[in-house]
Amino acid sequence: MSAREDILNRIGAALRDAPAVPDIPRNYRRVSAMTAEQRLEQLVDRLVDYKASVFVVPAAEAAGKLAELLAGTASVVVPHGLPQEWLSALPPAGTDDAGSPAVAVDSPQRRLTVAELDAVDAVVTAAAVAVSETGTIMLDGSPSQGRRIISLVPDRHVCVLRAADIVEVLPEAVARLEATAPQTWISGPSATSDIELERVEGVHGPRTLDVLILQ
Amino acid sequence: MSGTFLGMPALPAYGHGNLNATEPFPKAAHRELGNAQLRANLGHATHTIRDKRLKVVAELPDWEDMRDSGSAIKNATMAQLPALLEQFEANFTARGGTIHWARDAQEANEIVTSLVRATGETEVVKVKSMATQEIGLNEYLEDQGIAAFETDLAELIVQLDHDKPSHILVPAIHKNRSQIREIFLREMEDVDPALTDEPARLAEAARRHLRKKFLTAKVAVSGANFGLADTGTLTVVESEGNGRMCLTLPDTLITVMGIEKLLPSWSDLEVFMQLLPRSSTGERMNPYTSLWTGVTPGDGPQNVHLVLLDNGRTAALADEMGRTALNCIRCSACMNVCPVYERTGGHAYGSTYPGPIGAILSPLMTGIKSEKNNSLPYASSLCGACFDACPVKINIPEILVHLRGEDVDSRRATIKVPTQMDLMMKGAEWAFSDGAHLGLLEKGLPLGRLAAGRDKVIKKLPGLAGKWTRSRDLPAPPGQSFRQWWARDHKAPDGVVPGTGTTNGTGTGSPTESEGGQA
Ligand code: SF4
Repeated sequence: MSAREDILNRIGAALRDAPAVPDIPRNYRRVSAMTAEQRLEQLVDRLVDYKASVFVVPAAEAAGKLAELLAGTASVVVPHGLPQEWLSALPPAGTDDAGSPAVAVDSPQRRLTVAELDAVDAVVTAAAVAVSETGTIMLDGSPSQGRRIISLVPDRHVCVLRAADIVEVLPEAVARLEATAPQTWISGPSATSDIELERVEGVHGPRTLDVLILQ
Repeated sequence: MSGTFLGMPALPAYGHGNLNATEPFPKAAHRELGNAQLRANLGHATHTIRDKRLKVVAELPDWEDMRDSGSAIKNATMAQLPALLEQFEANFTARGGTIHWARDAQEANEIVTSLVRATGETEVVKVKSMATQEIGLNEYLEDQGIAAFETDLAELIVQLDHDKPSHILVPAIHKNRSQIREIFLREMEDVDPALTDEPARLAEAARRHLRKKFLTAKVAVSGANFGLADTGTLTVVESEGNGRMCLTLPDTLITVMGIEKLLPSWSDLEVFMQLLPRSSTGERMNPYTSLWTGVTPGDGPQNVHLVLLDNGRTAALADEMGRTALNCIRCSACMNVCPVYERTGGHAYGSTYPGPIGAILSPLMTGIKSEKNNSLPYASSLCGACFDACPVKINIPEILVHLRGEDVDSRRATIKVPTQMDLMMKGAEWAFSDGAHLGLLEKGLPLGRLAAGRDKVIKKLPGLAGKWTRSRDLPAPPGQSFRQWWARDHKAPDGVVPGTGTTNGTGTGSPTESEGGQA
């Protein structure tokens, strides 16, 4: 008998009493009771608590704010589907004036290697959805967010989020996400409390998380 | 755990590996209690996490609703386990993943080894996983010439020091910063000799030590927190980013997951990803959660395997009273509130699974008669704190009592001569069968006071009862029994109190009023 058959038989035998499948109560909150402003305020509060830097600007000022955040950074990587206009205030790659970064685009045609990503200072991505109650930003691998590796290896992650994509509770976000998409849920920069329970921000993932919220 | 089934396996298939206590709990606990550093660290850790947990749980108006959902979802999972496993397998496989089934620890270790061999590699990076600890995977791989590098900071500390984890959430809680610094200086080749014992510096040393490993690793081994049957999705919950590194960078990913880790549907995750982080680290959400479903072309490992592990889980499932222990999501909340665990630490339990849940899960998976596991169900005062804290409402005290019964039954089956306990119970049967019998015995109470002496404390009882006084003093018995006092104070209409055979006297006050206090 194969291990598979064996184990399924064992389970069948273990459940010889045919336990009933209970009805599942779902009385927890599944939709937001907050206004958009309240959600925004809550998300900012949570992210700051996690030691992320948060910036809230009108959508029209996205490019200017990004250029400001990236000034002095030598190199950034972006996914191929990142909205073009967000980078429009950066001088074109290669001009290298006023300390603006070299921008590398990761695309299905040209995938950056691990070594290339390790040499890059920062990554800019969009986000799929964010949960204000827990301060969680979800990436789902779509073209504006890119492969999981690009938001992992660089030491700084600049994440651009549309205020319209902020929900309050986790069930709202789960309903929006495609289960089978490769996902990373991010709640602050990497951290450890393994040494005497003292929290240290920044271990293996990006040690700096900047969140730019567009209204 | 008894019973035979026709045409089915006659005996539960018990688990093997690191699931056993190798010495009786009281003996191990006695030794661990002597470690003052361990006790201080543990006390600090359990209290800190406990307080954080209470705070973030109190924030949610629907916490109890979520616990009810979580508990029901897990019970539903167990009731439909075969169908859900097959559904999960179909979905995971349809998206390019490969599923392997392992009856026990040995088989799982062999599968992982052959998968690593097939890649031609001799090194793997690992994400913290209790299932692989349970099966002793690292040791097995080492014997086969494959080096497994733990990448979680605490696991790294424990591995570098050739030690065992003592807490499932903070495995190196028994070491302080200066001990960790010494371990790093001794065991990390390229470490900066000027390393200080500041946690931030120590974390940075670990980052540097592991970074090259991550960037060049070809094979990773992980566990999984949840498997979602209706989509075939796997989940790893973590803090440091070492999990993301292992799940994203290598070409080959091998995950080992117990068969009980399934949830029926994707949307069930909305319950468990609220219950787990708040119960576990006391955070609103853990820093990183990774989700993957088979293979995503161009993104992450392209050679993806899952080993579904039994190793005694079906034996636990066969125990109708004990099967809810499989609902455990390994949050460790029960440990942090346990007065026994707080003092003895995780090592005293022997098994990979310590604390209240370990005291039921380990013997359920191995059988109560395995090694010294029959001592584990007694490692509890039955105070019930674990039940209150458990996010999936596992009634641990009830299962502990059930397993104590199993233990007594299994021993009675092997012992023919009546034991002291049997004789004492016979005596009790006689005493409580008739009020007159009890009344007779109660006349002996003043004798007990005589035995206690002037300090009104009995320090040593004879025979089996001596076990009780080995670590406790017993206050002297009261001068009169409750029944005697009642009889004196509450005159029945006819002046006779049923059962005592005596007429009512002129007693005053309660029986405890004049008694010596607790030692
Ligand atoms: S038994 Fe409950 S409280 Fe204990 S680790 Fe498991 S889920 Fe958490």
